[in-house]
Formats: sequence, structure tokens, C-alpha cells
Amino acid sequence: MLALNKVNLSFNTGTVNEVQALKDLGLLLEQGDFVVVIGGNGSGKSTMLNTVSGTYLPDNGKIVLDGKDITFMPEHVRAKYVGRVFQDPMRGTAPDMTIEENLALAHRRGEKRSFRRGIRAAERTQYRELLSRLDLGLEDRLNTRIGLLSGGQRQAITLLMATLQNPKVLLLDEHTAALDPKTAAKVLEISVHLIEESYLTTLMVTHNMADAIKYGNRLVLMREGEIIFEATGQQKASLTVPELVDKFISAGVEVLV
Amino acid sequence: MINIFAGAVGLGLIWGIVTLGIFISYRVLGMPDLSVEGSIVTGAAVATMLIISGAHPLLALLGATLAGAAAGTITGFLHTRLKIPALLSGILTMTALYSINIRIMDGRPNVPLLRTDTLLTPLVDLGLTRDYAIIVIALAAVILVVGALRWFLTTEFGSALRATGNNPHMSTAQGINTKTMKLVGLACANSLVGLAGGLLAQYQGFVDVQMGIGAIVIALASLIIGEVIFGRTTLLRSMIAVVLGAIVYRIIIAMVLEAGMAATDLRLFTAITVALALWLPSARDQIDIISRRIRHKAHTFGQSGDDSKQTGQTG
Repeated sequence: MLALNKVNLSFNTGTVNEVQALKDLGLLLEQGDFVVVIGGNGSGKSTMLNTVSGTYLPDNGKIVLDGKDITFMPEHVRAKYVGRVFQDPMRGTAPDMTIEENLALAHRRGEKRSFRRGIRAAERTQYRELLSRLDLGLEDRLNTRIGLLSGGQRQAITLLMATLQNPKVLLLDEHTAALDPKTAAKVLEISVHLIEESYLTTLMVTHNMADAIKYGNRLVLMREGEIIFEATGQQKASLTVPELVDKFISAGVEVLV
Repeated sequence: MINIFAGAVGLGLIWGIVTLGIFISYRVLGMPDLSVEGSIVTGAAVATMLIISGAHPLLALLGATLAGAAAGTITGFLHTRLKIPALLSGILTMTALYSINIRIMDGRPNVPLLRTDTLLTPLVDLGLTRDYAIIVIALAAVILVVGALRWFLTTEFGSALRATGNNPHMSTAQGINTKTMKLVGLACANSLVGLAGGLLAQYQGFVDVQMGIGAIVIALASLIIGEVIFGRTTLLRSMIAVVLGAIVYRIIIAMVLEAGMAATDLRLFTAITVALALWLPSARDQIDIISRRIRHKAHTFGQSGDDSKQTGQTG
């Protein structure tokens, strides 16, 4: 369970460029909730995810994950509970390290890194099995440098890395936005599969209205650091793209259709 | 000539250890660390003073290594905790170390190691020249260091260190404390530089507070020469390559000196070598683009003689 309670965050405080990125933001995710987050540029979607991951620390308010107050817990410490996939496929993996080395790093997320071997033999079997399920032909390329892979392949591996240690919350920040439509669909399909398989609590930011309606059990629309519309269950499933675009427009969000 | 080469190989092996230090900071962590210019002297000074005060030469090397690690820790602290840019942190440590090094050397700018037993003594007693003795000792040290690094960098901790240099965002997201990693990496790099300083002092028989000047450029030259000639496909290969690069660099220097270049021109020569080597990757692209332009022009002119006036105008 993830709870954001009256979270405020401003940038450039005290200057003419001051922006209130999050305004008294409140959001409660039950275990297994898959929340799709939509909103215009600068509405605070990514900022919200970044306060959950600890990249930004809020000015005030409270973030609680499974009963533990993580509001000011350092980013690398709370990484133990948080799986993340970024928009930029280059950001989630170490390009000069091999596929298996990257997976092994993720496998030790939240654990003490000792002076034992970086990868053990048994892990390789497990990684090969996980990679084969991606159906991208990566299972025989454990020793390939990640930098040689395409953006879609890297993003799929980042997804595996984010979910390898069963995170308490999974943050997907426009993670298919930089991919071509076919690859984007494939990566999204893999994401949904991993989320449903492990019943992961998930926050997913997207700009694709059709995806926003199709996936997840809840949808929130953000504007200027606040959640201004929410749809759940049946209500969400019966939304149409034009309706959602109307919500955008009536919320004063500029859209290009 | 043989003697010149023997000297070059011995020095090259010692500088190979400095280059391995730079390999950690510059290649693995992606940070240009200038503190080596000071920490190599710190290593030499600590080793010299320990030997003079009666310590075993091996113990002196251990002291030099630890002193180097301490210097690296200071740079790491300035960079990770006080958020000072890496380049500046190194310069600050290097500057501070000048004073500290003279203090270690009892207030003197140089200290000779005369009539005292060093690591070379037993080998010289066996009939080896100093140049051959240092080859044996430095080679043993290089093998130990490369072996230790190969082990360390493939442990869980070492993998996290490599990831930190390769992609800090990913590392933090995977729960790695990148600050700690950078601090440990810099300490590690400078411990090797300190060790090399300790060997250098025992080989040349003195420590001089100026002996570190230009160390970073020499090590970078060695690193790049090694990678270009011997390749960097695997971790082990990269490390062996940079040590060989340091030896090649020393041999080149010995040859240009033999050919009559003034010793004071060496730094200029080294700086130009490094500049050219750093330019090399983009030079290939630049030359490629120029040749494509030339071919394009030739093609355009050749194809349509009538349009030559027009092409001339647009060109």
C-alpha cells in the first residue's frame, strides 16, 4: 500500500520562476492497484513519481509505503522497495556491462553487496528463463553488452530488472514514449504481463489515451500538481478516447487532437 | 641501447600501476582525478621516510599504499559530500598534498635514500643491475595488482562500482549508494598511485616533492596508447593493455631522448601525444566527412558539366 498525503513540492522557491509542482497532493494505492496517470506537460505526473522514488524530496507532506514513512528516505535506500523504468531507454541499464551483469545488479537491489562473485551460476539459468519469456531472442545473449541492443530491448530488460526483486511499488514513467508504435505495444504488453503475474502495485504515466483506458484498474488526471479527475473499475473501463479528451479540455489542459 | 630499454621497461611497469589507478578513476568511474599528481609523491615520501626510520621496505610499500588511499578519500569526500566538481576536487587535494608531502619529508623538498636497504638490495646482491631488479619487483607488483583488481571488479561490490561509473541513474535506481562507490573507487585508484610512488622512490633512490608534476598526462598517454594498440574487449585485457601502454610510452620516450630531444621538451611531447590520441576517435569521423564531401563534389561536377555554373554558385 502506497499513500501520498498532502504532498507539496516547489521548484525555484523564492525566485520569479517559482513553480508549485505538487499541491497538497493526495493519493492512496491499495496492494495490486494499477493506476494510470495522465495529464499535460508540467502537470506534475513525473514529479509525483519522482517523489515516490526519492529523486525529489517534498517540501512537506507524507509518503507512506506499507506502513513505513519513506518521505525523506534516501533514494538508493528506498530503491529496495521501488522498481523504476524511465522514459529514456538509455537511463535504465549500464551500457558497457553485459545483460547478465545488469540483471545481477538488479537481483541484488536492496541487499548488501559483498565481495562474493557478482554473478553465480544458478542465476544464469534463471536469467535465461526470464529472458526467453520476453520472446526477443535475448536468452542466448547473456554476455552481450547492453549498449549494443535496441531501445525496445533495453526497455524490456529494464522492466525485468525493475520487477526482479518484487518491488512494493512499480513506477513506469512514459516508459514506451521513446519507442516506435510496434515496439511500444510489445513493451507495454510485457509490462502488463509482469504486473498482473505478480499483482504489483503500479503507477504508470502515459500520453496515450487508448492505453490509459485499456490498462490498469484506476485512472487519474493531473493538472498543475493536483489530481482533478479519477475513474475506477467499470467507470474507467467504459471511458472512450473522445470522452477523455473532453476531460482534458474541460480541465483547461491544451490538447492537440 | 639494451640498458636504455631495460630502464624503460622497469619504469614502464611502475607507471603501469599508476595507469591502472587512472584506469579506475578515468575509465571505470569516468572521473578525471588530478589528485594523483600529489598522491604519487605522498606514496614516495611515506615509503622513503619509513625506510629511513628502519621499517622493512615491504612495510614501507604498504604505508605508501595506505597514504595514497587516504589522499583519494579526501578527493572523494570533497566531490561526493561537499559536491565540488571532480576536476576541482582533485586540484584541491593535489595542492594541499604539496604542503603535506613536505611535512612528511621533514620540511625538505627532497630526501635521498642512500646506503639503506630497499626492495632492490637483495636482487642487486644476487648480481642483477638496478634496472633488472626493478623489472622483477615491479612485474610482481603488477601481476598482484591486476589479479586483485580482476577479482575485486567482478565481485558484487565491484560490479556496483563499475555500474556507478557507467550509469549513475540506473545505479541509484538499483539501490547502489553512488557516493560511497565513488569514494571507494577514488581511494582504490590513489592507493595504487601511492604504491607506485613507493616503488619509484626505492628505484630512483630519492623522493622529490616535484616528482608528481605531469603524472596525470603521462598516465593518460599510457592508458590511451595501451587501449589503442592492445584493445579493451574484456576487463582483464584492458588492464593488461594499459600496463603495456605504459611500457610502450616509456620506450618511446627513451627513444626520442636517445634521438636527441631535450629532456625539458618531454612534457610538450607528451601533451601533444595525449591531445592527438584523445582526438583520434573524432578524427576518424571528421576525415570521413571530409572525404564524403570531396566525393560528393567530384560526383556533382562530373555528372552534369552544364550545371557547373549553378553548382559553383551554390557552393
